Amino acid sequence: MDKMPKWADIILIPLISLLLAALLSALVILAIGESPWKALQVMVSGSVMSTYGWGYTLYYTTNFIFTGLAVSVAFHARMFNIGGEGQAMMGGLGVALVCIFIPWPHWSLALIGATLAAAAFGAAWAAVPAFLQANRGSHIVITTIMFNFIAAALLNYLLVNQLKPVGAMDPATGRFPEATHLPSFQDMFSTADNPLFRGAPVNITFFIALIACVAVWALIWKTRLGYQIRAYGFSEAAAKYAGIGPTKIIVLSMMISGGLAGMMAINNVMGEAERLVLNSVEGAGFIGIAVALMGRNHPVGVLLAAVLFGFLYQGGAELGLATSIPRELIVVIQALVIMFTGALDNMVRWPLERIFLSIRRSSANGTPAE
Amino acid sequence: MTFMKKFLGATAVLALSAGAALADPAIIFDLGGKFDKSFNESAFGGATRWAEETGGTFAEVELQSDAQREQALRRFAEAGNNPIVMAGFAFGTALGEVAGDYPDTKFVIIDMVVDAPNVRSVVFNEHEGSYLVGMLAGMASKSGTVGFIGGMDIPLIRKFGCGYAQGVLAANPDAKVVANMTGTTPAAWNDPVKGSELTLAQISQGADVVYAAAGGTGVGVLQTAADSNILSIGVDANQNYLHPGQVLTSMLKRVDNAVYEAMTAGPDVVTGINVMGVANEGVGWALDDNNRSLITPEMEAAVTAAAAAIADGSLVVHDYTSDETCPALTF
Repeated sequence: MDKMPKWADIILIPLISLLLAALLSALVILAIGESPWKALQVMVSGSVMSTYGWGYTLYYTTNFIFTGLAVSVAFHARMFNIGGEGQAMMGGLGVALVCIFIPWPHWSLALIGATLAAAAFGAAWAAVPAFLQANRGSHIVITTIMFNFIAAALLNYLLVNQLKPVGAMDPATGRFPEATHLPSFQDMFSTADNPLFRGAPVNITFFIALIACVAVWALIWKTRLGYQIRAYGFSEAAAKYAGIGPTKIIVLSMMISGGLAGMMAINNVMGEAERLVLNSVEGAGFIGIAVALMGRNHPVGVLLAAVLFGFLYQGGAELGLATSIPRELIVVIQALVIMFTGALDNMVRWPLERIFLSIRRSSANGTPAE
Repeated sequence: MTFMKKFLGATAVLALSAGAALADPAIIFDLGGKFDKSFNESAFGGATRWAEETGGTFAEVELQSDAQREQALRRFAEAGNNPIVMAGFAFGTALGEVAGDYPDTKFVIIDMVVDAPNVRSVVFNEHEGSYLVGMLAGMASKSGTVGFIGGMDIPLIRKFGCGYAQGVLAANPDAKVVANMTGTTPAAWNDPVKGSELTLAQISQGADVVYAAAGGTGVGVLQTAADSNILSIGVDANQNYLHPGQVLTSMLKRVDNAVYEAMTAGPDVVTGINVMGVANEGVGWALDDNNRSLITPEMEAAVTAAAAAIADGSLVVHDYTSDETCPALTF
């Protein structure tokens, strides 16, 4: 039945897409008179050739794992959650409230508390569009994206009028207390004479992201709820006939999705900034869509795609620091990768499927014994 | 072991580039980008002016995310750039952490105070400059209603609006000030269409002078004001030339001067708090051929007198950010 072997679907298509994007990016860099080879060298050496580079790459990766998982969980129920941005913002609010107003004795307790708060706030923010979709038929794409703006406005109001220290210019909360400081990779892996990950923001949250990958895999493929989510996603009518309630599946899958997106905040808000700033999510919610698409909605794929996008982000930053390539062009390169791996999937898929079909046909003709 | 080797390699590369770029100044632009027609561009202008006059070169970077603030600061400091100038209050926290690690490097931060021995903090008294253009607006208005259009709703912009309203009321105690903010997200800094809509809304409420403190959004405000035959007031740079004879004046905030001075001083730049106010011409109002016909001698005399009074301390304009209240305007 399959038009292609599975390995081609999982490995070959993303790889070809990536190469096409890289080729086009090289042409763009060439067009502005810079050397694409040097640009690639800067990106690679700056993001994966030192622990400092890895420290930033994995920091971005952690963000993208959470938002990528969020999109993929919802997608298994055929819900297109593009509100990861707003859900992560609300997660940040939850983290900030918990860190500021509860006097935590130790970071480990603070981490547990903040994780729960981040997930709860993100889930609550996703629950409203989910409820509207389930009971009123309001399209989830429209409502979730509108909730991004509502979250931004709410956060702006709270930061400017309630949470900002008096007299401060920056619309941000004050610094979280020292007890909520999460150990960074530098704290964990450096020794006095061997400094690793110096100054990099990657922190213990990365391991929570890995745990989340395993948890999502277990949820989707090993639990009754996961089965119901997938069944609903494949066919709503069949799921209903089998006694699976659409309302419950929509609301639950969206709340899990929102909770995962919200949990991103323990990385960027608690781990990196240690305060809540206005634009803390910085598009990671939308990158999550590309990560989930590229990762084929499987946690392993999401993890790999998140590493790729972490590399693109950190490599892009290094390009800005080390060359005179303007940052708009760096965004163009990132966008090309997203476009080819996400949106233009079929452009690679169709020709490839044809090739595999013709190979199969010719081999079937040649060896009738099969 | 390989990690260690790579790490040492990376530091060696840094050390090499440090030799090449020794004592070149560096400038870091905020998320708005260096061509924002406003704050960052003004800073870029100052750096360019320094480079053209001295023949020197400077390192620069435009940030893409908040996580890069500390990264860029450390990279430039380790590369030996000195001084390192950063445009924007949002660098405050990152600089507070980084400054102590590089005691031999001088940092210059604009629009924010960071208390460290190797940091020069440049702050502007935007409320004073806004007060002066507010007086002009109050005197130029025939309807007795004037408008204020801010960019993103943050305390800094309320500081502009509050100073402006005080100036308007000082010139005309019966005047009404209509104030609007463009938005609640950073997109509000570059939304000329919404700036235009807000201008039309304020005109329908009777406003005949509109002050835009909104970055790129202000372009739309000034355009619509000119199209509707009312007066407008520009901000940061001298924007009188955009619509000659229709822009009443511009509130000057000399970010370019701050950058230029810091780069000229080089590694010897004086640290501490540097307040740029009316007194030292860090802020002011623009008078040139484009708006000469709009400013009567009485207006000029009144504003010059007020500027002198602010400079010698006999007139104090309330600063919104000092206590987050405004006696003249409610937001």
